[in-house]
Amino acid sequence: MDKKKLLDARNIDITLNRLARQLIENHDDFKDTVLIGLQSRGIHVMDKLLHILKSCGIENVASGTLDITFFRDDFRRRTSPLQPSMTKINVLLEGKKVVFIDDVLFTGRSVRSAMDAIQSFGRPAEIELLVLIDRRFSRELPIQPDYVGQQVDSLAGDRVSVEWKDQNASENAVYLEFAENE
Amino acid sequence: MSELSVNHLLGIKYLQSEDIELIFQTAQQFKEVINRPIKKVPSLRDITVANLFFENSTRTRLSFELAEKRLSADVVNFSASSSSVSKGETLIDTVNNILSMKVDMVVMRHPKPGAAYFLSQHVDSIIINAGDGAHEHPTQALLDSFSIQEKLGSLAGKKVVIVGDILHSRVALSNILCLQKMGAEVEVCGPSTLIPKHISSLGVRVSHDLRKSLEWCDVANMLRVQHERQDLKYFPSIREYSQLFGINKELLNDLKEKIVIMHPGPINRGVEISTDVADSDQSIILNQVENGVAIRMAVLYLLAAKKEISFSA
Repeated sequence: MDKKKLLDARNIDITLNRLARQLIENHDDFKDTVLIGLQSRGIHVMDKLLHILKSCGIENVASGTLDITFFRDDFRRRTSPLQPSMTKINVLLEGKKVVFIDDVLFTGRSVRSAMDAIQSFGRPAEIELLVLIDRRFSRELPIQPDYVGQQVDSLAGDRVSVEWKDQNASENAVYLEFAENE
Repeated sequence: MSELSVNHLLGIKYLQSEDIELIFQTAQQFKEVINRPIKKVPSLRDITVANLFFENSTRTRLSFELAEKRLSADVVNFSASSSSVSKGETLIDTVNNILSMKVDMVVMRHPKPGAAYFLSQHVDSIIINAGDGAHEHPTQALLDSFSIQEKLGSLAGKKVVIVGDILHSRVALSNILCLQKMGAEVEVCGPSTLIPKHISSLGVRVSHDLRKSLEWCDVANMLRVQHERQDLKYFPSIREYSQLFGINKELLNDLKEKIVIMHPGPINRGVEISTDVADSDQSIILNQVENGVAIRMAVLYLLAAKKEISFSA
């Protein structure tokens, strides 16, 4: 499978720093804000953002991880069920400003499931969406991100992969892998 | 692996150790779900489950019903006392009648061993065995093993003694099979009249001395004496049974190691277990009950996943 590097480690660093500052612009001291990393790969983006926020002097930002497996709309429609990951939300979300964080936004179905799942922890005042990569023109639902690292044009069969050095990759990088030609 | 190797849960006998691990991993996540402010997920919203109880049950039926409802399934309940079974209808006819009303899964408890297996051969539905006579009670064994794993970190190499009425107990057989598949060592302990003759062929140790067993084990699972299944007298008196095979605080404190105490319920306080032991910090009886709902959610979810939804007429 041919692949093209969309972002290298330095680009990712610049992009994450921009996203963190955009969050600060809108959330000030994060008093009523809770960052929610979507399992399984959104949590890595969230960890990096929390680290940057800390270096900007904003500590103790409330955060959690959300697994959406049991809220998916393709249960009993795919060959095997996905393995669920850990949901860990120790704060009540009633009235809070929630920011969903994911690595790649594609069809929008995971985000729809997440909006369903998050209601189990209370009714947030608002929900925003931050993604590192937005695969635009591939949405199947009316969902758009509020914070975007980079937009990418890709075909449905392509794959966008985000790799992290601390997750056993050789470096932080984002790749676009092209679908095999028939 | 993210799929079960079986299409029904008829007994632990039919499960691979990978299946058991998958059920445990999934149950771990459901345990988090049932501790949320809103304890419900929509996974089974297009599934209807019939709970068929041809034998009395309180906690197992309640536990299954809660598990089904927390997965958003539609639930219908049926108990033998109020049914046509007393009018002479056969099991297959009863179940097929219920299935014609478009039921997707059947949870069944039945007094006859093999009833769940028999049903799975003759009707087109997902069958979950909630206890068949003195044969198997797979979800109880799964929740027991899951509770031990949760308490001790793993099952491999752990020593578990099952104490009491092994002869009439479906919990004992399912537990022995499940624990062995997960790498634990099992001993059964009880009066010789309540231990089946060839039980050692299952690879379990046999003991008639409770103190020795407790000194050997990490976990003691105390079974209830099943008076309702005993057709004749298996021991002279309850008082004698309690003295020889009942566990009390004095005995527990006398042991070198701090062991874990379990009981599948309902407990007979003062017979197989004393009140101070049942309520002690070594007892995980109530954790077992909580884990029961999570385990049953996992089983229902993973079995439902194997039945692809059909949109054809």
